[in-house]
Amino acid sequence: MSNRPTVQHFNSPKHISDYPVGPAFRAGFLTSTNAGWRSERPVLVAERCTLCYQCYMYCPEATVFKITGAVDFDFDYCKGCGICAEVCAAKAITMIPEKR
Amino acid sequence: MKRNAFISGNDAVAEGVRLSRPHVIAAYPITPQTVAVERLSEMVEDGSLQSEFLHVESEHSALSACIGASAVGARTFTATSSQGLLYMAECLHYASGGRFPIVMMNANRSLALPWSIYGDHRDSLSQLDSGWIQVYVEDAQESLDMVIQSFALAENLDVLTPVMLNLDGFTLTHTYELVELPLQEEVDAFLPPFETPYKMDLDNPKNLAFSSQPSDNTEFKYQQHHAILHAKQVIRNIDSRFAQTFGRSYGGLVDAYRCEDAELIVISLGSTTGTCRVVADELRKEGWRVGVLKIRFMRPFPEEEIVKITRHARAIGVIDRDISFGFEGTVFTNVNSALSRGNTHIPTHNFIAGLGGRDISKESIRELFSTLKKISKTNDTEQNIVEFLNLNVATND
Repeated sequence: MSNRPTVQHFNSPKHISDYPVGPAFRAGFLTSTNAGWRSERPVLVAERCTLCYQCYMYCPEATVFKITGAVDFDFDYCKGCGICAEVCAAKAITMIPEKR
Repeated sequence: MKRNAFISGNDAVAEGVRLSRPHVIAAYPITPQTVAVERLSEMVEDGSLQSEFLHVESEHSALSACIGASAVGARTFTATSSQGLLYMAECLHYASGGRFPIVMMNANRSLALPWSIYGDHRDSLSQLDSGWIQVYVEDAQESLDMVIQSFALAENLDVLTPVMLNLDGFTLTHTYELVELPLQEEVDAFLPPFETPYKMDLDNPKNLAFSSQPSDNTEFKYQQHHAILHAKQVIRNIDSRFAQTFGRSYGGLVDAYRCEDAELIVISLGSTTGTCRVVADELRKEGWRVGVLKIRFMRPFPEEEIVKITRHARAIGVIDRDISFGFEGTVFTNVNSALSRGNTHIPTHNFIAGLGGRDISKESIRELFSTLKKISKTNDTEQNIVEFLNLNVATND
C-alpha cells in the first residue's frame, strides 16, 4: 500500500492558535479509517482484469489502486457501493456480502 | 498628476477596483449596480484593467467563482444588490467561514414583495450575521476610497474576512459627483499584491473548505468572531494610513458631526447622513444643540464609539431604512445593545424611514429632532418607540 496515504496521528489543538485560520490543512492527512458501513465488498478475479482502470476512474472514494499486477481495493475506505463492479467491462469484479 | 472626474457612485466603485488591480472579477448585473459591472467589463475589454472577468449566470455563481479564485490566492471582486445578495446568501457564509478576503460592492436596494428597485437597507442588514465586514459609504469619493481600503482590510492577515461595501441604490450609485482619482503608484504602494497564506497550491497541496465535527466547529467560529473584533483597530489604522497617503480620513468606524455638546443626536447609515447634517446646521442656527452620528461599520459594530460620543446626550434617535418585522429596526437593536453594555440610560427612539426608496426629506429630519426634543423633556417611555416616519396615510395607532 506504498502509494496510499497512511493514517496519521493528529495532535489535538491545545490553544486557539494551533488551529489553521479557517478550514484549510495539508492535503492527504488521514486521521481515521472509514469503512464501517460496508455491507458488500468487491472481489476481483485478477485473470479477467484488463487494467482498463474504469474502476479506478469511477470509484467515488478513490480506494482503487495498483502496485503490481491487477488493481486492488483499499478496504480501510471502500464503502461497498459496487460502482467498480458495475463499470467493469470485463466483469472481473463481483460484490459479495460482508460477513460479520 | 492627480485628476478629478465627474462620475457616478457606480463609476467611482469601478475606478476604485481598477486601481486595486484584482486578478478576478465575477459579477452578474442587477439594478442599481449594473453600471459598476459594465464599467469593469469595459475596462477589462480595453485593457486598462488586467483582470479575468467571469461572465457568470447568477449571483450564486459570481460569489462561488470569487471563492474559488480566492482559494488559489487571487485578489477578487464582485458586486450585487438586493435579490442578488440574497441569491448568494449561502455563499456569503462559505466566503467568510473559509476566510476568503473577497471585496463586494452591494448597491442597497429594497427586497420583494412588493417588488421594488429603489433603495433601503433591508438587503444587507438581513445578512448582518453572515460573517462579513459591512461598511456603509456616503458619497462617490468615499465609495472609491473604500474599495481600496476594503481590500487592505480584508487581506490583513489578522482579519482575513470578506468585506461588503454598501452604497445606497440610486442615491449614490446614480448620482454624479466630482471625484479625485488617486494615482496608480500611490495605490500600489498603499495596497501591495496579496497572496493568501492558505492558498491551493500544486507544490503544497491543501484540503480547503472542509467539514468539521462538533469537537472543532466552535473554535473556527471563535476565530471568525475575534478576527472581526480585531478588525476594529485595523480599520482605524488603515484610515490613518490612507489619510497620510491620500489626504482623506473618514473617521474609522463612525463619523461624528457636532456631537460634542449635542443634547439630541441622530444616528444613521449611508447617504441619509448628509441630509441630517444640513438639518443639524439649520437647527444649530436656531439654537438647538443637535448632532449627527454616522455609523460607517455595522460589523464590526462600533459600540465603544457610540457609547462615548453619545454619553452627554438627552435623547438619541436612530434612523433605520429597514425593519425587523414584529420588533424594531436592526440598527436600533444594535445601538440599544451597545448603550446598555455601556450602562447609559439615555432615551432612544427608532425612526423607520426611507423604505423602498421613499425620500427622507429635510422636513422629516426636522420632525425627527422635534420628537427627540419632546422625549428629552418628558422622558416618556410609555410611547411607541418604533415610529414610521413619513407615512402617507392615517393609521389606527
